[in-house]
Amino acid sequence: MHPAPSVILFTVLSGLGFGFLALLGWGVVIPQGVQAFLVWGIGYGLAVGGLSASAFHLGNPQRALLAFSQWRSSWLSREAWASVITLILLAPVALSDWLGLGWPRGIGMAGAVMCGVTVLATSMIYAQIKAVPRWHHWVTPLLFLSFACSGGAILAGEARLAVLLSVGLAVVLWLGFFFGDRQFAARGASMESATGLGAIGRVAVFELPHTGGNYLLREMIFVVGRKHAMKLRMIAILAAAFGPTAVFVLLPMHVVTVLLAVALHLLGAFAARWLFFAEAEHVVGLYYGKR
Amino acid sequence: MTMLPGATEKRLGLVVDLDTCVGCQACVTACKGWNDQGYGVALSDQNPYGAEPSGVFLYRVHSYAVQPVDGLAQTINFPRSCLHCEDAPCVTVCPTGASYKRVEDGIVLVNESACIGCGLCAWACPYGAREMDQDAGVMKKCTLCVDRIYNENLPEEDREPACVRTCPTNARHFGDFADPDSKVSKLVAARGGYDLMPEMGTRPTNKYLPPRVKDRRAEASLLAPLLDIEAKGFAGWLDRVLGKI
Amino acid sequence: TKLFVMFGVAEDHDSNPIKIGLGKLKARGARVIGVNPIRTGYNAVADDWLGITPGTDGLLILSLIHCLLEAGRVDLTYLARFTNAPLLVVEDGPEKGMIAKNAESQPFVIDRRTGAPAPWDGKGVEPDLGAVYGGNRTVFQHMAERYLAAEYAPEAVAGRTGIAAQRIRELAAELARVAFDEAIELAQPWVDFRGNQHETMPGRPVSFHAMRGISAHSNGFQTARALHLLQIVLGTVEVPGGYRMKPPYPKPMEAHPTPHFVTAPGKPLSGPHLGYVRGPENLALKEDGSPARIDKAFTWENPFSAHGMMHMVIPNAHAGDPYKIDTLFLYMANMSWNSSMNSGAVMAMLTDKGADGEYVIPRIIYSDAYASEMVAYADLILPDTTYLERHDCISLLDRPISEPDAAGDSIRWPVVEADRDVRGFQSVLLDLGARLGLAPMVKEDGSPKFRDYADYIQNHIRRPGVGPLIGFRGPKGDLEGRGEANPEQIAAYIENGGFYQAHVPAEAAFYKPWNAAYQDWAVATSFYETPQPYLFSIWSEPMRRFQAAAEGVGFVQPPDHLRARLRQAMDPLPVWYAPFGDEVEGYPLHALTQRPMDMYHSWGSQNAWLRQIRGKNFLYLPTKVWQAGGFAEGDYARVTSPNGVIVVPAAHMAALNENTVWTWNAIGKRKAAWALDEAAPEAVEGFLLNHLISELLPPKGDGHRYSNSDPVTGQAAWFDLRVKVENAGRRLASEPAFPAVSRVVPQGDKR
Ligand SMILES: Nc1nc2c(c(=O)[nH]1)N[C@H]1C(S)=C(S)[C@@H](COP(=O)(O)OP(=O)(O)OC[C@H]3O[C@@H](n4cnc5c(=O)[nH]c(N)nc54)[C@H](O)[C@@H]3O)O[C@H]1N2
Ligand SMILES: Nc1nc2c(c(=O)[nH]1)N[C@H]1C(S)=C(S)[C@@H](COP(=O)(O)OP(=O)(O)OC[C@H]3O[C@@H](n4cnc5c(=O)[nH]c(N)nc54)[C@H](O)[C@@H]3O)O[C@H]1N2
Ligand code: SF4
Ligand code: SF4
Ligand code: SF4
Ligand code: SF4
Ligand code: SF4
Ligand SMILES: [Mo]
Repeated sequence: MHPAPSVILFTVLSGLGFGFLALLGWGVVIPQGVQAFLVWGIGYGLAVGGLSASAFHLGNPQRALLAFSQWRSSWLSREAWASVITLILLAPVALSDWLGLGWPRGIGMAGAVMCGVTVLATSMIYAQIKAVPRWHHWVTPLLFLSFACSGGAILAGEARLAVLLSVGLAVVLWLGFFFGDRQFAARGASMESATGLGAIGRVAVFELPHTGGNYLLREMIFVVGRKHAMKLRMIAILAAAFGPTAVFVLLPMHVVTVLLAVALHLLGAFAARWLFFAEAEHVVGLYYGKR
Repeated sequence: MTMLPGATEKRLGLVVDLDTCVGCQACVTACKGWNDQGYGVALSDQNPYGAEPSGVFLYRVHSYAVQPVDGLAQTINFPRSCLHCEDAPCVTVCPTGASYKRVEDGIVLVNESACIGCGLCAWACPYGAREMDQDAGVMKKCTLCVDRIYNENLPEEDREPACVRTCPTNARHFGDFADPDSKVSKLVAARGGYDLMPEMGTRPTNKYLPPRVKDRRAEASLLAPLLDIEAKGFAGWLDRVLGKI
Repeated sequence: TKLFVMFGVAEDHDSNPIKIGLGKLKARGARVIGVNPIRTGYNAVADDWLGITPGTDGLLILSLIHCLLEAGRVDLTYLARFTNAPLLVVEDGPEKGMIAKNAESQPFVIDRRTGAPAPWDGKGVEPDLGAVYGGNRTVFQHMAERYLAAEYAPEAVAGRTGIAAQRIRELAAELARVAFDEAIELAQPWVDFRGNQHETMPGRPVSFHAMRGISAHSNGFQTARALHLLQIVLGTVEVPGGYRMKPPYPKPMEAHPTPHFVTAPGKPLSGPHLGYVRGPENLALKEDGSPARIDKAFTWENPFSAHGMMHMVIPNAHAGDPYKIDTLFLYMANMSWNSSMNSGAVMAMLTDKGADGEYVIPRIIYSDAYASEMVAYADLILPDTTYLERHDCISLLDRPISEPDAAGDSIRWPVVEADRDVRGFQSVLLDLGARLGLAPMVKEDGSPKFRDYADYIQNHIRRPGVGPLIGFRGPKGDLEGRGEANPEQIAAYIENGGFYQAHVPAEAAFYKPWNAAYQDWAVATSFYETPQPYLFSIWSEPMRRFQAAAEGVGFVQPPDHLRARLRQAMDPLPVWYAPFGDEVEGYPLHALTQRPMDMYHSWGSQNAWLRQIRGKNFLYLPTKVWQAGGFAEGDYARVTSPNGVIVVPAAHMAALNENTVWTWNAIGKRKAAWALDEAAPEAVEGFLLNHLISELLPPKGDGHRYSNSDPVTGQAAWFDLRVKVENAGRRLASEPAFPAVSRVVPQGDKR
């Protein structure tokens, strides 16, 4: 799949944002006053910023409201609802923290749960696609949730939690690569099944249907070199998970420490998300003899 | 609505005969020609005369090399368009309801005025049957020529999809799969029509007819010489041949 | 038909009818066999594929005939009645090899009932194929003796053709089985030209079709004759289930004009410039024996060049051989590119200057409708309209829309108005003719006779009552074939959908050359003035006349260096010889082109959609060559022929004769031509094979260079090309790359 920058940005930032908001909502961190304004602002900023980045990806963003209509069948629609509900639920908590109103935290906990639901919905947009076998696996939601949680904790500077979740993230990333690499074969799709010509013999492309480019080739068929991918996998695991862990273990707690950890985590997250798309092979590539 | 209708009254679709398609691409341009000025926005092209031309087509014809275990390699031309699946994943993923499957005939369509161009349906389709229009930012796909098949302004014989009407070899057939007596149902039964990528669970309506067995050895026994020409000479052969008149 | 065999067909002129036909055969499960080095398109859907070595079809076909004769599975009745098989061949003397004639100069047969000579067209006569009379034997015996020879046994031809002996025997058996054991019969009475009444029309449901895969080799004419002979021995020509001719054919050679070439200032040519040569006396030679025509058609080098030799005009004009010219006037032919052999050299010829600083070809006038590669070389461009903006006439004279059951012709008429300063070329020609005062184009007072081409289509009279179109003739528009001009004819054609069909009556639909009803209908419909029944010439007298001349017989004698070649090529019986391209050594592969179904020669690339489908071509390499060269996807191939080198994108193809490489024709474009971007893939990676094909064969021992053509017909031997191929690794552009042409129209923008 084409690793579109807008989508990578959207999923990484909004995931981070919702993870962070969840911690705030749950009350793991309870900021106060101006600090609260800033911290909640960061959370909202990431979540909303990420969402709007995804609009760059749309052909007709002016009709985006229609995306709320199909919640009964569409994960994208559910994600839209979930994110809006989450942001609304958390608003009073943020207000309370900022203005020191001391409202009860119950609604914040509900919001925190909704953060998880939102990230889950985002991940299901990918995980539901059977045509991309690498995504179509339970490890995909786990990966998204894991990123959100660990990212949130890192950003919150909750060192112990962050280290714990980061190690978890490393495991999930590894699991993702492990299962992902086996999914295409497990799905059973091949040029033979795509064409139905396997009964005659081995199928290969003689001529492509067009020598010019098209949407399918641009959007769904992206071939990434194996060596390149292996390098990026290392970077993803090291930077996203072990980097922040090391930073929190080795350096004293300080804003700079947190920023460093966040930066490393984001670097790894972008690499991981780039790979999430770039390594995902759509079965339509079979028709083009390209995987 | 992007919920799929449980069952549709008719199941309209195409049969593609891989034994007959010569790969002439006539259907590809006929499809683009009709749909360029029919249902929805025109099918745009980018840099049509430039160094990297590109554009939307609803339909493509591939060509494959198939190598039997022992036997001569074959070339098989392979038309590919929307299969109007019964379990169409492209429909259920759509957040806006733009993508839908019609209850009355099972045609899968995009309501372009509701499409936000998110591209998710194209991801969901295993068959590459959807292409986004770069100019209009909406998803385009085969409409089964819904604006031809019911169009009373067209002469009767033109009320079938443009690709079917155009195909000079008759490698494409249009009809109702819900009717066991329709031409398409009979063809599928007689020739072993099959689904593409059944493992995707899409239950395509369109069916493909496999190429007939090729390069069979002739069953007839070889011709026997009339007589031993070397021994009997040409004259002997001539007598023998003409004696037969 | 139940069995359909194609030789060397990729697309053909009547490409839609062929596809429709194939579709019908497929629908009813008839069997289709493709004989072609390349398995694509029609050959891809064929049930059976014979991946023959290029240029060897003649051998394969004669071997099939060998098998059929050996087993006695030939249609003797057909041979005796409808072909010259029972005629006698003069065994010796000055007339040696000619058909024996009686005192009235008529050929005759030996009647089996009497054992005595009888007229070839006599009623009730039963010609004896085995007759010997006056020491002369029948054509049948000559034919059988030749093809029964061991050199035509499947085992003897298997190596050269690349088709296993067993496979050839199987095919022969299959042909015989369908032709004879599955024969069909129509309950349709008919009368033959001898006056014999037949109650039915028996048929043999085996049919054949062949195209340039056969004709574009230097042995193409004889191979085509061999294929005709195969159909004849199977008795399948013009019978139900077999190959049928489309009116205005059949037509015997005698019904065609001979070529005319005598010119005198202020006088028209002595007759039609193209025609059918009967013997050396018809050659277009000047008194000194030099060619009369710039293309050297109808000379000893290519005596039967009935279509002229367009591919030789520019090289001959440039060489001043047979003479220099003043003006080269071209129409609708992209001669500086895909239409020429050796395109790079042709470009040089078109711009070459002599010692005096003048162009060797001083003036070039060209009419094209588009910004082709050739336009850049013209001193004067006559911009034509497109087909949609003018009248055209597709008459019975050239590739009409006839079907076996109907003569048909058609017109085009303007459906959009030209929005540029262009004029229909046919109208321009009439205008030019009138300005020059050419008799048929001016009235008595010297004013133009025809307003424009539409006027000409309707009002030109070729022979009394005969004009360009056969339909809606006469003042009332109700006459077919013959009738005065009709001022409403074009309107009537448009009303009818642009065409007219004259339907062949049911009793005339088969056995046309010998069918009295057909002959009468053909006369009524204006194909000729009197019935022209004829026998198929298994033994060709016109060819024998040239062969005899080469043997020293007669007054008109060929130059000595051509004698051996004429003796071989002008064999009166179908013969196979190796294509001339095979004579060079060190080039192990055959290189071919095929027409893509989705492009028409060069100009399809102007279409925004088609060029997305096929904007670039590859050289397809068979597995053996692909592996030997260590090729990988994305590699280029360096292809070398005796004439030059090209470096081009390569791709693998398994369903290909193992000694053949090929590409799609005319996809490569010159930079900035066709209103495309200079960086268009067609111009950067796309390529032509033409640079490798020489218009002249390598010099012979005596230094003479023959044109790269069939020695009989002068048909360009595009497919004789031999090459070698090496891996050139990764590249970004094809070679040779020529500089951009100057644009005559701006680059295309939006579609
Ligand atoms: N779409 C399209 N249609 C066209 C044209 C076009 O440009 N585009 N051009 C028109 C014109 S001008 C012409 S002349 C016709 C030509 O019509 P075709 O003759 O059908 O066309 P070619 O592509 O030249 O195909 C020649 C075929 O012969 C095969 N061949 C080559 N050598 C041999 C051989 O030795 N033996 C055998 N058995 N096969 C051999 C090649 O593999 C190829 O398949 O097409 C006409 N129709
Ligand atoms: N390598 C290789 N070369 C080949 C062949 C091959 O098989 N292999 N085949 C050969 C054969 S059989 C043929 S017929 C030739 C064909 O070669 P060409 O006859 O040159 O074929 P085209 O490219 O169709 O077009 C000729 C020109 O006609 C112009 N044209 C199109 N429409 C009109 C019009 O309405 N009016 C005017 N005035 N001009 C118009 C086009 O712009 C183009 O410049 O190619 C030959 N060249
Ligand atoms: S082929 Fe693709 S676009 Fe068509 S219905 Fe099936 S999944 Fe949807
Ligand atoms: S691109 Fe349009 S039709 Fe497809 S899922 Fe998005 S909104 Fe629905
Ligand atoms: S049915 Fe219509 S829209 Fe669909 S592929 Fe055929 S021509 Fe195109
Ligand atoms: S028009 Fe028919 S024969 Fe031609 S490519 Fe399409 S399906 Fe195949
Ligand atoms: S190009 Fe014209 S003449 Fe040739 S097949 Fe197509 S419609 Fe017929
Ligand atoms: Mo041609």
